[in-house]
Amino acid sequence: MSGDATRAEICVVACAEAWRGDGEILASPIGLVPSIAARLARATFAPDLLLSDGEALLTRGTWAIGGTPPLVEGWIPYRAVFDLLYSGRRHVMMGPSQIDRFGNANISAIGDFARPVRQLLGVRGAPGNTVNHPTSYWIPRHGRRSFVAAVDMVSGVGYDRAAAVGPAVTRFHELRRVVSNLGVFDFDTAEHRMRLVSTHPGVTLQEVCDATGFELEIPATLGHTRLPTEEELVLIRDVIDPHGTRAREVPG
Amino acid sequence: MADKRMTEQDVVAELRSGMTIGIGGWGSRRKPMSLVRAILRSDLTDLAVVSYGGPDVGLLLAAGKVRHLTYGFVSLDSIPLEPHFRAARQAGGLSVTEYDEGMLRWGLYAAGCRLPFLPTRAGLGSDVMRVNPQLRTVASPYTDEDLVAVPAIHLDAALVHLNRADVRGNAQYLGPDPYFDDLFCTAAERAYVSCERIVPTEELIAGGAVQTLLLQRWMTHGVVEAPGGAHFTACEPDYGRDEAFQRDYATAAADPAAWAEFVARYLAPDEAGYRTAVAARGAGTA
Repeated sequence: MSGDATRAEICVVACAEAWRGDGEILASPIGLVPSIAARLARATFAPDLLLSDGEALLTRGTWAIGGTPPLVEGWIPYRAVFDLLYSGRRHVMMGPSQIDRFGNANISAIGDFARPVRQLLGVRGAPGNTVNHPTSYWIPRHGRRSFVAAVDMVSGVGYDRAAAVGPAVTRFHELRRVVSNLGVFDFDTAEHRMRLVSTHPGVTLQEVCDATGFELEIPATLGHTRLPTEEELVLIRDVIDPHGTRAREVPG
Repeated sequence: MADKRMTEQDVVAELRSGMTIGIGGWGSRRKPMSLVRAILRSDLTDLAVVSYGGPDVGLLLAAGKVRHLTYGFVSLDSIPLEPHFRAARQAGGLSVTEYDEGMLRWGLYAAGCRLPFLPTRAGLGSDVMRVNPQLRTVASPYTDEDLVAVPAIHLDAALVHLNRADVRGNAQYLGPDPYFDDLFCTAAERAYVSCERIVPTEELIAGGAVQTLLLQRWMTHGVVEAPGGAHFTACEPDYGRDEAFQRDYATAAADPAAWAEFVARYLAPDEAGYRTAVAARGAGTA
């Protein structure tokens, strides 16, 4: 265990843990910290994961952010990504601007859809991803603008919406975990309401609750998010993110 | 056998205001930008545009050419948010169909297969259903599932850019991803392919494995030789995205005066003038 890990490094490990036990599926990290995390997971406890180079190549080995993968093992253009995700053999980690207590997530637009206050990317693949295979979320700025009572445009489907539609959605719908800069969350509660699983070291329960725009489920015993191992720290610092880009996404 | 060579102007002359036009590529990758620029110089208007959107969408919106936009996303990739798309959406009044990326593929594929729709789970439970009230679900005849029936997206014309083509309209991509250019072409009444170089047919197969021959000549109606035709988007392996130019584009788009200057310098001239202006810019910053 290493006590000098930064918050960013703790977040990387918490995101990596999302893919533990997934076996031989495609890990699709969206954004910087999830990308470091997926490479870390494969280099350590999830060696069977498939990873793309962010374009159309499946890669082997461990490589740096901004670098070139050491080995190409397959071809995965967008059409093949779609086919693969319909098969369910994928676990994506997306970065929504808003999420609610049932895990509905918004990457499309803030405000009224007809005239958004802030237009974002569009729903992209979120509707299809969330009803076909496991999904996790990474939110680098935990606050009442991101953890909201109701999202403005449901792009990724949450548990209440899934249940309301029925078996066509619930059959393959699964939200695994949410990682923010403050803690780790899941939906493993009676009605699939978001639950706090652990706070990151140095973060209090009160801080998390104050920064959340809805009531979280709080377990009787609350732990801290685990620290990176020495091996993980070496991989993060020397191999995967030697230029320290992670600190730009999660300061401190 | 038909010689399908055309110029950008010839292609634009076959288009009409009000048409539904699909644009190939993905984000800021392998976009038929010289054809888009030719549309910008034309009096075409009132277009329904279908795209995995990048600067093609941004430019057409900025020029007031778009009546309706169908997309799964609009992004410049290395710059996540497309500035003209954001401005147009945030101003209100733009008629849009926002789909899941896979739904867009299904709509194009259904059109190419002459099917009225294709079923999918994608969209169910999401606000894609709320903001697209025209979407219907269909009951599976085999299970207890109701699925989204993605309606066929019929295109009047498709515009795509590949690396090589022959004069008959066989076309080849040499980069890592075909995107959905073949589906855009087969969903369209008429498909126009621009390419970096028109080559004799025997050079196509000499230049890459047979699997790189994405477009067969029955799919295409016109071939435009357009070296640098995807600029400033990526056209691997011929060239990567011109990141510096794209930054200038995004910066200019945020300011009306700077945008007017950008239009005057790069978009008002013809394609040769565009290339000259881009080259002059490169020389100036070198």
